[in-house]
Amino acid sequence: MKPFTYEKPSSPAEAAAAAARVEGARFIAGGTNLLDLMKLQIETPSHLIDLNDVGLDKIEATDQGGLRVGALVRNTDLAADWRVRRDYGVLTRALVAGASGQIRNQATTAGNLLQRTRCPYFYDTNQPCNKRSPGSGCGAIGGFSRQHAIVGVNDACIATHPSDMAVAMRVLDANVETVRSDGSTRTITIADFHRLPGDTPHIENALEAGELITAVVLPAPAGGTHVYRKVRDRASYAFALVSVAAIVQPDGTGKVALGGVAHKPWRVEAAESQTGRGAKAVASELLADARTTHDNAFKVPLVERTLASVMAEAKAQP
Amino acid sequence: MASFHLTRRKLLKALLAAGGAVTARPLLRESHGTTPAPAASAPAAPSTVNVLLRVNGTEHQMMIDPRTTLLDALRERLHLTGTKKGCDQGQCGACTVIVDGRRITSCLTLAVMQQGHDVTTIEGLGTPGDLHPMQAAFVRHDGFQCGFCTPGQICSAVAMLEEVKAGIPSHATASLTGGVELSASELRERMSGNLCRCGAYSNIQEAIGEVAGVRR
Repeated sequence: MKPFTYEKPSSPAEAAAAAARVEGARFIAGGTNLLDLMKLQIETPSHLIDLNDVGLDKIEATDQGGLRVGALVRNTDLAADWRVRRDYGVLTRALVAGASGQIRNQATTAGNLLQRTRCPYFYDTNQPCNKRSPGSGCGAIGGFSRQHAIVGVNDACIATHPSDMAVAMRVLDANVETVRSDGSTRTITIADFHRLPGDTPHIENALEAGELITAVVLPAPAGGTHVYRKVRDRASYAFALVSVAAIVQPDGTGKVALGGVAHKPWRVEAAESQTGRGAKAVASELLADARTTHDNAFKVPLVERTLASVMAEAKAQP
Repeated sequence: MASFHLTRRKLLKALLAAGGAVTARPLLRESHGTTPAPAASAPAAPSTVNVLLRVNGTEHQMMIDPRTTLLDALRERLHLTGTKKGCDQGQCGACTVIVDGRRITSCLTLAVMQQGHDVTTIEGLGTPGDLHPMQAAFVRHDGFQCGFCTPGQICSAVAMLEEVKAGIPSHATASLTGGVELSASELRERMSGNLCRCGAYSNIQEAIGEVAGVRR
């Protein structure tokens, strides 16, 4: 790791102000991804702002009938909250499909949204990577790309966003609440939060420099049957090749988001009008602009089959 | 064995001291800055921070580089070498310790972040003369071959059983609104963060199952 200085503020506003004060500062909460990247000198903050004393660790009911999940709520606690288990089952299922028990005890709600890709070319500092070193090229294109994205890609980057939780948040239409260094606050929809690579794959979300996530807000429960299905190389503790988050209503209508296929949780609202016509119709709408490599072309039929399985499972549940 | 252990450790210390003498100069230069001084309001840039760690019920004050992970502080400063460094990137679970009753990977947290928390390592669970029931079960069931992953497996298993008692669901839990029962598939799923390259999994599973009272 590169040397850094360290502070532990006691409020969100103080933390956001500190981030503006010190150039090269980064927030740290769970640390499960940032420290990993710091050891490899992919992340080289000059100053760490430890958020573990700022509060933001509660899950509270909102006036709209939803839940406000504090940024510091650990993945384990969010997954285990009885309101989440009862009303937002897709979220609990996505959370427990990710990482390991140890990591979920450390990792936070906001940190989960902000985790970086696990593209091996991003991790290997000997390789070109437009995300790590803008303008250096992409080693994954033409390289080993079995894990990589098939939609929303371009010649700059085919990395995926690795989160399971974010895919559930996308299908739940969550909102991200933040505070900026000047103390002002704003709300960003989860749809607008993560970005496609474009010409700037190193910019992964809508946050401004020093802007701090304070909460992720879930709208009132949507009802329906909640399913999260993750397909991966191992039965546990592996990133998704493809994942499907779905909320299916008794009349057969529903909402669907995909993980493991894009630079962000992938949802195409137009595809959801096809749910009555079966998985093939939904999948072809979701992946209309797919651009695959030799290694990851299997993800196209895998999405369709996983979707078919999820829709059948939802139909079979009471 | 003990004398070899000490000798090896002394040798390593001597080597590190020699290396330290060589690297001390550039490190000092870095911390006192050929780069522009930080803005006046920025925190000063100390090369070490004062940290108070509470480990196995004992408080330890130490001056450490803020880059020190909890794992390195335990092993290199407190000489609690039961906690193992496997991958050092959160993938193997060998460094699992229990903080405030919850299992975490000690390689993915900084020692300075764990001030004010209760850290329990394998040394705090039991001693050779007074084994923790989980340690005794691992011995009884031969839950290891080389033993490198064992402290992490045991710390993980002890805290995992508390997670089951608290009703925390896992990927293997059938119903999110019902209770949690520790079936074999639940046990395997919940221990997936601890790898064993010797492949002693079946005996590890039996040892944990016995402590948990799982019927086979």
